[in-house]
Amino acid sequence: MSFAQPMATRRSSTGISTGKLAVWWVIVSEIVIFGGLLVSYILYRLYHDQWSSEAAHTSLIAGSINTFILLTSSLFVVLSHRAIEDKDPQKAFKYLWYTIFGGLGFLVVKSIEWTGEITHGFVMTKSLFWAFYYTAAGLHALHVIAGIIIMAIISFDIKKNKNLQRVEYIGNYWHFVDIVWIFLFPLLYIAK
Amino acid sequence: MTSSASTHSEQSFWQKYIFSTDHKVIALQYFFTGVMMAVVGAFLVYVFRMQLAFPGKEVLGFGVVSSGEYNALVTNHGTIMIFWVAMPMLIATFGNYLIPLMVGCDDMVFPRLNRLSFQIFFLSALVMLASFFVPGGAFGGAWTAYPPLSTDPNYSLTPAGSTFWVLAVALEFVAFLIGGINFITTAMNSRAPGMKMFDIPIIVWMIVIASILFMASVGPLIAGAVMLLFDQLLGVGFYDPSKGGDPILWQHLFWFFGHPEVYVVLLPALGIVAEILTVFSRKKLFGYKTVLYTTIATGVLSFFVWAHHQFVAGIDPRMANVFTVTTILISIPIAELCFVYIATLYKGSIEFTTPMLFALAFMAEFLIGGVTGIFLGSSGSDIYFHDTSFVVAHFHYTFFPISIIAVFAGVYYWYPKMFGRKMSETLGKIHFWGTIISFNLIMIPLFYLGAAGQHRRVYNYEHFSELSKPYLQDLRVFATVSMIVMLVFQVPFFYNFIMSLFRGEKAGKNPWKANTLEWTTVSPPPHGNFAEFPKVYRPPYEYSVPGRKLDYWPQNEKA
Repeated sequence: MSFAQPMATRRSSTGISTGKLAVWWVIVSEIVIFGGLLVSYILYRLYHDQWSSEAAHTSLIAGSINTFILLTSSLFVVLSHRAIEDKDPQKAFKYLWYTIFGGLGFLVVKSIEWTGEITHGFVMTKSLFWAFYYTAAGLHALHVIAGIIIMAIISFDIKKNKNLQRVEYIGNYWHFVDIVWIFLFPLLYIAK
Repeated sequence: MTSSASTHSEQSFWQKYIFSTDHKVIALQYFFTGVMMAVVGAFLVYVFRMQLAFPGKEVLGFGVVSSGEYNALVTNHGTIMIFWVAMPMLIATFGNYLIPLMVGCDDMVFPRLNRLSFQIFFLSALVMLASFFVPGGAFGGAWTAYPPLSTDPNYSLTPAGSTFWVLAVALEFVAFLIGGINFITTAMNSRAPGMKMFDIPIIVWMIVIASILFMASVGPLIAGAVMLLFDQLLGVGFYDPSKGGDPILWQHLFWFFGHPEVYVVLLPALGIVAEILTVFSRKKLFGYKTVLYTTIATGVLSFFVWAHHQFVAGIDPRMANVFTVTTILISIPIAELCFVYIATLYKGSIEFTTPMLFALAFMAEFLIGGVTGIFLGSSGSDIYFHDTSFVVAHFHYTFFPISIIAVFAGVYYWYPKMFGRKMSETLGKIHFWGTIISFNLIMIPLFYLGAAGQHRRVYNYEHFSELSKPYLQDLRVFATVSMIVMLVFQVPFFYNFIMSLFRGEKAGKNPWKANTLEWTTVSPPPHGNFAEFPKVYRPPYEYSVPGRKLDYWPQNEKA
């Protein structure tokens, strides 16, 4: 039995599309989750000056490469949205996959980075700094993975010219994931 | 735009009742799960109150209660009642059932997401129940789960139970976050043509604002719960001072959520009461915009009071001053809401139906809860009252009206719409008086006991000479007996609920002569809700409008 979309989904008393509203609310809830975690980290960091000796071992190079990759991938998702607006879903499909490759690249760099750190003994239990580091970056990475999966699903839809509006929504989500990294990068890599 | 009645072909039992995406079915799934968990929560309190009244004696249906078991009973009674009874019944049941009907559309905007939210919720209930059967037993570190008791199995003695507890609560949070997206987006976007912001029934506003409050407050606790899990499972030290952590961080993260959470449950209850008070006094809601803005202000202020739960936890006393001020301040908008509701009744044409009796009882009992909160919100007096039974009595005088009284009011009121028949008024009134009188007889002794110095979460007061005085023990026995009486008085409710499904007086579309849109369709509404989708021409509380023949004026009636 196929699912029939209710007419409720297509109404728009606010003038904003339902899907866009929903993604914004998801982003709001995620902001407070990451916010809670990061505020806790900042407060602890201020009380634990000695963490600077641990933090010295995060790789600024890996962090910088990942920042560049994520920002570029955000650019690609914007280009994908622009392609949708130009009524070119095939081009949008291509740019979505550039974004996905960016996300995958981010994960590859992170894997190499973490492998290095773990083999050198910088594990979660070594110091509370590392516990925060892996928790925050790990939670972020989970959101990158989720974003990649959803983006891939949307890309197959738009290739068939369906649900084109969802490129903008996943774009918004991806920008949010990017912004979280923009907070993580200075906190964990720069402000040692 | 016309009809929508289902274009689906014949559905199987599984599609119609178990895997349904219909908001009405999902609402009832949440409701019945909540009822079953309420029975569990009631059994837990029955056991531990029997232990308090008759320490060391075998409890019928359980056996002798050990100290560890007592802790698990108290912990899970609180946890289950808040997360698996109050929230699903108030928000998920009434929100799911009423929002699409009251805004005049055919379902929630994301029905499959809605179904997913119930499935995750149901899973969370199973994980919670499973925690009773794991080695070591259920978690016993209080619903507040402070570390190190909740992180260190050497202290909790429940290594598996502690983790199951955190996972169950985390899953419940996810379910309500997902559900909240549906409630907020549907109310924002799927309204009937003509339904402007101030034409939305107050209960819909309340559930939407509650969902936003929940969303904003639970985030830090989710982060905190992940940290708690890592402390439990990986030996990390987020809350362990020996590893650089701080247990007070958990307290802050927990209560930053914990305080707005009580408003998350209060607001839907206030919404239910508003709908009922207006219909059964045949009067407009006194100050719709006041109610709305006051509620929003309360919601915002609720984020600034949390440390009143931590006055004696070792926080800076100067910070305690700040939180005392904000806590006393927040009583003002709530008091204003109470005044506004009472003003709604003034010079109304009151009908004492069962839902109305429960709604009025909500006002009286919640008032007692509110004023006793003042003693706790003032850091000075709280030094004495903290962690005594006075606190227990206070929060039961708030939580019980919210999660039990208001829910009963809503059930008796919307039952005709949900099932097409009315419940028996006679049985309803027996249920009402039996519940309300015995509830007060349970809780008033607890105020005295708390003032006499009885601390919470103690499994046997015979171990404390100053607390094992006969007159105090008599009060404990009295409270326990009253509780058993109250539980017995729930039998008429269950009997009434089930019997009325088959033998209740048939209700038409609008047995209460109310204005809101759910009463314009058939009882029970079909899949798709409306044969013809309504348009809205006026606000929801146009009762007893001068110059009109009828004392009500449905929102969708042309003129």
